[in-house]
Amino acid sequence: MARHTLSILVQDQPGVLARISALFSRRGYNIESLAVGTTETEGVSRMTVVVNVDLHALEQVTKQLNKLINVLKIVELDDNSAIARELMLIKVKADDQSRSKVLELVELFRAKIVDVSGDAVTIEATGSRDKLEAFLNVLAPHGIKEIVQSGVVALARGGRSIADRSNKNSDRSI
Amino acid sequence: MSQHITGAESLVKSLEHADVEVVFGIPGGAILPVYDPLMDSPSVRHILVRHEQGAGHAAEGYASASNRVGVCMATSGPGATNLVTPIADAHMDSVPMVAITGQVPSAFIGSDAFQEADIRGITMPITKHNYLVTRAEDIPRAIKEAFHLATTGRPGPVLVDITKDALQASAEFVWPSHVDLPGYKPTTKPHGRQIKEAARMIVDAHRPVFYVGGGVIRSQAHRELRQLAELTGIPVVTTLMARGAFPDSHNQHMGMPGMHGTVGAVGALQKADLLIVLGARFDDRVTGKLESFSPKSKVIHIDIDPAEIGKNRYADIPIVADLREAITQLIPAVTAEFDAGNRADLTAWWITLNHWRETYPLGYDQPQDGTLSPQYVIERLGKIAGPEAIYAAGVGQHQMWAAQFIGYENPNTWLNSGGLGTMGYSIPAAMGAKVGAPDKTVWAIDGDGCFQMTNQELATCTINDIPIKVALINNASLGMVRQWQNLFYNERYSNTDLQSHSIPDFVKLADAYGCHGIRVSKAEDVDKAIEKSMETNDAPVVIDFQVHRDAMVWPMVAAGTGNDEIQFARDLAPQWERGDD
Repeated sequence: MARHTLSILVQDQPGVLARISALFSRRGYNIESLAVGTTETEGVSRMTVVVNVDLHALEQVTKQLNKLINVLKIVELDDNSAIARELMLIKVKADDQSRSKVLELVELFRAKIVDVSGDAVTIEATGSRDKLEAFLNVLAPHGIKEIVQSGVVALARGGRSIADRSNKNSDRSI
Repeated sequence: MSQHITGAESLVKSLEHADVEVVFGIPGGAILPVYDPLMDSPSVRHILVRHEQGAGHAAEGYASASNRVGVCMATSGPGATNLVTPIADAHMDSVPMVAITGQVPSAFIGSDAFQEADIRGITMPITKHNYLVTRAEDIPRAIKEAFHLATTGRPGPVLVDITKDALQASAEFVWPSHVDLPGYKPTTKPHGRQIKEAARMIVDAHRPVFYVGGGVIRSQAHRELRQLAELTGIPVVTTLMARGAFPDSHNQHMGMPGMHGTVGAVGALQKADLLIVLGARFDDRVTGKLESFSPKSKVIHIDIDPAEIGKNRYADIPIVADLREAITQLIPAVTAEFDAGNRADLTAWWITLNHWRETYPLGYDQPQDGTLSPQYVIERLGKIAGPEAIYAAGVGQHQMWAAQFIGYENPNTWLNSGGLGTMGYSIPAAMGAKVGAPDKTVWAIDGDGCFQMTNQELATCTINDIPIKVALINNASLGMVRQWQNLFYNERYSNTDLQSHSIPDFVKLADAYGCHGIRVSKAEDVDKAIEKSMETNDAPVVIDFQVHRDAMVWPMVAAGTGNDEIQFARDLAPQWERGDD
């Protein structure tokens, strides 16, 4: 089993998210992370899905996704040639004594304080999964009160866009 | 000049443009606007069924017999949910079908309104695609796309759910000149290099087999298949979904593989060194335990659906294509190899195959107590009605016997619920088949369990002059379940005794529905009853064949075991060791 990031271009139509998430669950695959948003093209949305499956299952799920009429294109983005980011909001305990230490960590991880109260701060952090994990580890001793995390969004490195990649149906060799 | 009509009128017009000749359905509140203009359609005939499940299976039977699209219609809520079983059935067996459902007015969606069900959400996993249409002007495009999707690529069911307000609103009717589905471009042309490689592998194999699935029937590739088979001399097996794709009388036909397949067909797959898989999907009922299925073979897998290739079994040569096109291209490619002198000798393989075929033919024992043998009834039916008739089976023992003991010579003459295994399929499917092929004799071969699930459609048959014939294989049991209880549950027959030798009285039931009812319980009366039915066309016929209940389907590969462990009769396993295995 390994983590795979799929970038899926879909027609922006009602029910398309349900179609995709339901396909994963009925074929027995768990979605680890899912992010949906608009794209540079009107009427086209982009989903970034992270799944933890072996290669055979990845091929199956990709083929099954390709069969959905609203799916336009699927590209797997591998860690080496893509930039993947997630966003996290973290509410950490911080009183007069500990606040400066927390601020130091925030600086170190190039995160931002977005809200402050008497006994806590809320931090906005973006980065790779590894970086955010490391950040959480160092914040933990201060007492993490609440976390909310976005799904991963990812783009391939280099000048080519996903639209330049071959279309899903022109690939006959499977 | 633009023409403004209601959504309901536009739906009927769209069906006319889609060349629909018949719709099976039942009206109700939300779909009601459609039924008014439907009355006036010059070309679309509506057949009023008795249960929406019957409408769905009738559409399937119609499609399977005629290679056209089956259309069914129902209202919102329970009307739509009653279609779920046939839609799932059509999805599993790749039947081209369009289901049209009424939906509550768009302003009521999500409010738990009367007869509201999210049928689009419900049918997402069991349709090729589905639509919820809330505007009148979107109806023609949805219908055009639905028919396109249902019939192209891998065929399947498409549901179009239309809100009542969309049916009542008016809009300009524009039948789209083309479909625009950027996410749907099925690959139909095979890859030339792959075809060449496949041809090379085919001529080199010493123990090759054509593993033929239902795709050959859906793509109407039976002629090409026969040509390729005769060119190569390679044995053919036809799965439950492919019965009729290759003539049973053909010397190269080894029969049906799978859980209840012939020893010859199962052995051919198991001992092959090459499987040429044509429109089949390595279903568990064919492969048995996957790990021990055909362990020494390479695989050429040709299918229109890329997701089937490599799903259950690795394909050494994958080819995504329409089967007819692929086989058409394989024929010259194989011929070129032969011309170049490349041709493995299949003599030893055929000696082995013929040995299995002669040693382990299909057969059955007559009951000791003088009661009627179900296999005998089905065998006689096949002989008397012949290969020109259409046979639609239910699910269970009678289905397996009908697949085994009737000789199929033509495609689209064997209809059954293969993937989903839907009891109750037979009667409505036979009804649909008779509508789709009115000049053919259509036999429903049904069990007493199945028959009691959908027999109300006999009323539809009688009233609409659809004279199907029903061979009811009545063993007063849920026979296949009883067989498993016999074999695997110490003969403890929990809840499989239906007592249907007495309740209901099927002859009276037939009579009540305006059908001819005949009861047969002796072997000497079988032919006479079938012959009489063949001559009767003024109303449907139901023959209540009261048969022995302990007859079993053999051969059998027990669930969860490997195909090598096939038994051709109870506790009797074939001897494989002959030749090099």
